[in-house]
Amino acid sequence: MDIHEYQAKEILSGYGVKIAEGGMAYSPEEAVQRARDIGGHIWAVKAQIHSGARGKAGGIKICKTHDEVEAAAEALLGKRLVTHQTGPAGKVCGRLYVEAGTDIAKELYFCFLVDRSSERIVMVGSAQGGMEIEELAENNPDAITKIYIEPAVGLQDYQAREMAFALGLEPELLSHAVKTIRGCYRALRELDVSMLEINPLVVTRSGELVALDAKMGFDDNALFRQQKISELRDKTQEDPREMAAADRGLSYVGLDGDIGCMINGAGLAMATMDMIKLAGGEPANFLDVGGGASAERTEKAFRLVLADKNVKAMLVNIFAGINRCDWIAEGVVEAVKKIDMKIPLIVRLSGTNVEEGRRIIAASGLPIITAETLAEAAEKAVQARNEAVAKETAQGA
Amino acid sequence: MAILIDETTRIIVQGFTGKIGSFHAQDMINYGSNVVGGITPGKGGQTHLGLPVFNTVKEAVRQVGAEASIIFVPPAFAADSIMEAADAGIKYCVAITDGIPTQDMMTVKNFLRRFPVEQRMILTGPNCAGTISPGRAMLGIMPGHIYMQGNVGIVGRSGTLGYEAADQMKRLNIGISTSVGIGGDPINGSSHRDILEKFEADPETKVVLMIGEIGGPQEVEAGIFAKEHMTKPVVAYIAGLTAPEGRRMGHAGAIISSAGESAAEKVAMLKELGVTICPTPAAMGETVAAVLAKL
Repeated sequence: MDIHEYQAKEILSGYGVKIAEGGMAYSPEEAVQRARDIGGHIWAVKAQIHSGARGKAGGIKICKTHDEVEAAAEALLGKRLVTHQTGPAGKVCGRLYVEAGTDIAKELYFCFLVDRSSERIVMVGSAQGGMEIEELAENNPDAITKIYIEPAVGLQDYQAREMAFALGLEPELLSHAVKTIRGCYRALRELDVSMLEINPLVVTRSGELVALDAKMGFDDNALFRQQKISELRDKTQEDPREMAAADRGLSYVGLDGDIGCMINGAGLAMATMDMIKLAGGEPANFLDVGGGASAERTEKAFRLVLADKNVKAMLVNIFAGINRCDWIAEGVVEAVKKIDMKIPLIVRLSGTNVEEGRRIIAASGLPIITAETLAEAAEKAVQARNEAVAKETAQGA
Repeated sequence: MAILIDETTRIIVQGFTGKIGSFHAQDMINYGSNVVGGITPGKGGQTHLGLPVFNTVKEAVRQVGAEASIIFVPPAFAADSIMEAADAGIKYCVAITDGIPTQDMMTVKNFLRRFPVEQRMILTGPNCAGTISPGRAMLGIMPGHIYMQGNVGIVGRSGTLGYEAADQMKRLNIGISTSVGIGGDPINGSSHRDILEKFEADPETKVVLMIGEIGGPQEVEAGIFAKEHMTKPVVAYIAGLTAPEGRRMGHAGAIISSAGESAAEKVAMLKELGVTICPTPAAMGETVAAVLAKL
């Protein structure tokens, strides 16, 4: 789960990380009021969306007057910002963070993340901040320092100092840097953070170390013990279909294609989508209905897939292990009748009680296309999709 | 031979008396696995499914000689159960539980590393379907009847995609020595590489099919191991060709978050390392058959 910059800053501030003075705004008037409260002559008006690279997308505006703050807020609120992290659909900005301008002497990069290879937390830093770490890793990998944390004893001061020196900080800033780094680490351990990025971490002209941006991601598996973090979830930043699916215990990811999918198991779902692509089609979604695909769950899954109006054909691929093909078949038949489905449906069943499952589909009298193998299922789905599109085009002409 | 388990392996079930634990314990018994009891703290001394229930894993090891365990404990308590098994001297543990926090798994892995290698419990999972040595023993939740006994080893992250592979192979009359699910989590007990090492040492296994997916470094690490240390051919399929960057595809670990983690990149690197790639997920069986035919 991701949170907003302002939320991450509030958390980190509680762990001893210095941040610039700032406040939230939901309207241009509020934004101006925040600027007044903060005082000074320069402010940053920052769009709060769950994505990095907001600056490049025009999501951060530096303002020198209250009028400029108002204009910036008007421009940003309700705007859809597209970055390489949001995908082409972008994310709508509904909240702003107005922050005191910071007099930057130096920009640094700093983050903590879980390294899957060493199975440890790794601290990553670079004296060349501001740009994205991927870019830096490609252009200047030697400028990146990585320090691995021994899980049994946790982060040690000498490691924090090593990082501070690698960041090129002056000796006067050393104790502050250690405090900042230790604070971040404590937050990470206590709150089940999976990724914490401060980019840039800046040294101000007055010689302070300030987190100018902050991004935090949390381990979804640990949210059951992080009640306060769960409450920070901003549903407007997430795909409504994915939220609806999660509420129903289904795992769904919306994509840009037009062949809807319902599959049991994440690996088989990905493989089925690959097969659709290899057969010349494009999947509209990833949907894992899990092990116990009951009739009720099947109907919910169908409704979810069909809610995407781009979907021209739907493919169901179930490999029944614990559950049984006859139960799945009954669920599918019931769902199709109830929903009054109009687009072609391709069903491939395999595993436990497959014969009985196929018999139920055949006996239903519904125009369901069946397939025995994965390859056949994908080919038939692409064919049905192409026919549906050709028919639409013919009707249009 | 097979790896990790066979018909003699003495198995206990942690989370034995719960609904899910009971269901799968019965299924494993029906398959012929040598289940010797189970653990539910506070219910020690009772009998469940005709088998003894113990309060602690240590008691089960002492009293019925438990060697392997399977965990159906809920996510909040699963890491603790894994460590209990390791400390009691269990040799092999399968964690079925889905949803264990990453930091808990880091603690578990660190705990396991404290044991000398020869005493260290082998863990597979979490978030997996388990392990089966067809015709001998099942330590998992898979439909046992789709697996035919033979000489191909399977290691994979996904449950149902593993079933698909077993089914494709059965249609071609190809059997399996052992199929191991290593689970879909970012930090797991054993990696693809760890399991390849076991298959290399198993005289019965002739070819290994590795079923990987997007996210993490494990498939490529396994490919490097195969090139440097294996005499047996490795066939691989990597799921997630259509997966967009930065999106979690069901499994907690199935997310492309850095360079080298996409399916296309993994496939390219594995090819370079001499691993035979299945062109499509529908061709896992045929590809294995072609490699077997060349032996």
